[in-house]
Amino acid sequence: MVKKPIYVDNHATTRTDPRVVDAMLPYFTEHFGNAASRTHDFGWQAADAVDTGRTQVADLVGARATEIVFTSGATEANNLAIQGITKKYSGEPHHVITVVTEHRAVLDPCEMVEQQGGCVTYLAVQPDGLVDVHELDRAVRPDTILITVMTVNNEIGVIQPIADIAKVARAHGVPLHTDAAQALGKTPVEVDQLGVDLLSMSAHKMYGPKGVGALYIKGGTRRTALDPLIYGGGHEQGLRSGTLNVAGIVGFGCAAGLCSNEFMAELDYVKRLRDRLWNGLNDRVSDIRLNGSMDRRVHHNLNVSFSGVDGEALLIGLDDIAASSGSACSSESHAPSHVVKALGVDDNLARASIRFGLSHDNTDAEIDYIVNKVADMVRHLRALSPLRKDDVSHEENDPVVTRWLGDR
Amino acid sequence: MKHSPDVIDHVQHPRNVGSLPVDGIDVGTGLVESPEHGVVTRLQIKVDSATGIINEARFKTFGCGFAIASSSIVTEWIKGQTLNKALAIKPADIEKALNLSASKRHCSVLAEDAVKAAIADYRKKRG
Repeated sequence: MVKKPIYVDNHATTRTDPRVVDAMLPYFTEHFGNAASRTHDFGWQAADAVDTGRTQVADLVGARATEIVFTSGATEANNLAIQGITKKYSGEPHHVITVVTEHRAVLDPCEMVEQQGGCVTYLAVQPDGLVDVHELDRAVRPDTILITVMTVNNEIGVIQPIADIAKVARAHGVPLHTDAAQALGKTPVEVDQLGVDLLSMSAHKMYGPKGVGALYIKGGTRRTALDPLIYGGGHEQGLRSGTLNVAGIVGFGCAAGLCSNEFMAELDYVKRLRDRLWNGLNDRVSDIRLNGSMDRRVHHNLNVSFSGVDGEALLIGLDDIAASSGSACSSESHAPSHVVKALGVDDNLARASIRFGLSHDNTDAEIDYIVNKVADMVRHLRALSPLRKDDVSHEENDPVVTRWLGDR
Repeated sequence: MKHSPDVIDHVQHPRNVGSLPVDGIDVGTGLVESPEHGVVTRLQIKVDSATGIINEARFKTFGCGFAIASSSIVTEWIKGQTLNKALAIKPADIEKALNLSASKRHCSVLAEDAVKAAIADYRKKRG
């Protein structure tokens, strides 16, 4: 018997590992000190815990502890990276390169750059969701001050060729930022191998707590010229003021350790689950479209469109399966996913997209339950559509039907 | 906002799904759409010409679950009603019954439009 509801929305957030929670708890009650208190044991203990967490997080990505600035999460880290650089150029021409499939936490700061007088190029992606590195190379201008490309896409899970992009960035002398929130614990992330200057992280996407993340800054604060966004005490080498979230940092560090030592070893298991899901759905359901490259994708992700079925309707029908349609941030609006649309998919097929985000906590039995339930619900909803060929014989010349069928 | 159990129920077990013969003299068909939301609904009624009462209703909807639930629930409401009573159903009634949020208003409006279109088609046929 499978325990329900089944959680397969691990791109939205992950379950905090119980060992992470255990590590955090003493820092609320027993060792509750402020890491900035330099005159007593409470403060020293908190500062020691922060140092340990910083080292653990740095180790996860092959960085030095001095290169890690703690933030409230990846959204803040992205804002710090993008606005922190562009602020320095206010009043003079500056240009940022990003990609249309980025998360809102990158796209919205980029829109802010435009509002403040900068210029932004939003690169299209290829039909498999990947950036064309040559196109990126051609987009670089003399006034380009930043390139920002996510490591792993949060909707379709594709892994961008960051190391190749870094070569282009380096050739032009432009700093490269990557939002790695969806990559950590899912695919190897090593800052020197990737060649990035700035890298955003989030604890809650990798089995840590919400409310804590970090920005990796190559060489620490001296090398990369960043301006802070938040002032008030000069914490984090002056780049991010505010009392440190000690318990959160302890949890983040613990989760980072688990990722390196344990979760990365479970990738084959997760891949087997994902393949079981994909093959099972293909066996049971016709007209499925895979959104994004299968080869260059984290094993935790499957994003598919069932033609003729609205993704949101499917999710309402699947009331004991927690998956998502589009990104969690935009599903209230029911706008078709901007990421799936960027693959060249029409609005209806984009609205038909479902994102499954698997983790090492999922099981074969859960996958089999999902396959059966999804197949049944897709059949049910397709039968409910007035746009089926066999159903519209009487209305063949109706402009509404003609247009919708032409659409598909 | 959590989906209301009624919405889930109507998506999983929609009422009065299907078609009536479009050419039937006692049948009215409404086909309405909201392309920007990706919704198409066809709603049909069969009317007893002697009493003017809707004795059958059928629907089919492609689109989000709230649009499916809205069209499903109105087919339940209009069965056994006079045409004028059916015309009196307002989007707000559907929103209340299904606990729809403001962002789903287009779904209830479309279901109302489908009822109106089916009745207009029936009345046009009857001259």
